[in-house]
Amino acid sequence: MRLLYFASLRARVGCAEEEVALPPQIHDVAGLLDWLRTRSDRHAEALCNLRLVRVAVNQDYVGFGHPVREGDEVALFPPVTGG
Amino acid sequence: MIRVQREDFDVGAELERLTAGNHRIGGVASFVGLVRDMGGSDRVAALNLEHYPGMTERKLAEIEAEAHRRWPLDAALIIHRYGRLEPGDQIVLVATASSHREAALAACQFLIDWLKTEAPFWKSEATPAGERWVKARAEDDAARARWTPPL
Repeated sequence: MRLLYFASLRARVGCAEEEVALPPQIHDVAGLLDWLRTRSDRHAEALCNLRLVRVAVNQDYVGFGHPVREGDEVALFPPVTGG
Repeated sequence: MIRVQREDFDVGAELERLTAGNHRIGGVASFVGLVRDMGGSDRVAALNLEHYPGMTERKLAEIEAEAHRRWPLDAALIIHRYGRLEPGDQIVLVATASSHREAALAACQFLIDWLKTEAPFWKSEATPAGERWVKARAEDDAARARWTPPL
């Protein structure tokens, strides 16, 4: 699975992109975020406040209950500030 | 039409192109967003705009299609820049053209309100105290909420 981080989340996690093998027990975004928080202190800190985390799976906004599977492109980022 | 680009744009030339050859158009509405510097301790020397290539274009195309569904538009244009910008620089252009002003004006406001809460762009500001990420504003969510139902 390809993970992308943008803006302040990229800065806090410390990388823009990582390729991970999805553990078989993880089936949705909430599970993925729980697992990511165990990967490093930086991940844990960046993903601690879920009110400030937006998720896109294959470039569509999704909620925390959305399914994820191997091969997905999952992007994590703060609320957008364009325009 | 949508464009995501690093380069600046010429508003006059873009509006001329938008309406060229279509004499049913009776009015064009446009919004141009600029880099702001409020001065004082909040001095902004530069703005960096980051985006999510691929999803950005996809969201902008969705928003444009929704405007065409809601109003009888002859043409619509969204140009959004990314990269390093300075105070006074143009960030975004939204323009809509229709036979009558009501549709053009309403659709233009809809597009910028939706864009600000849906399109994956993020601003960081270079200030005397260092770089800081711009926070999302509740006012922007409220502005978008006026346009129900959601996409």
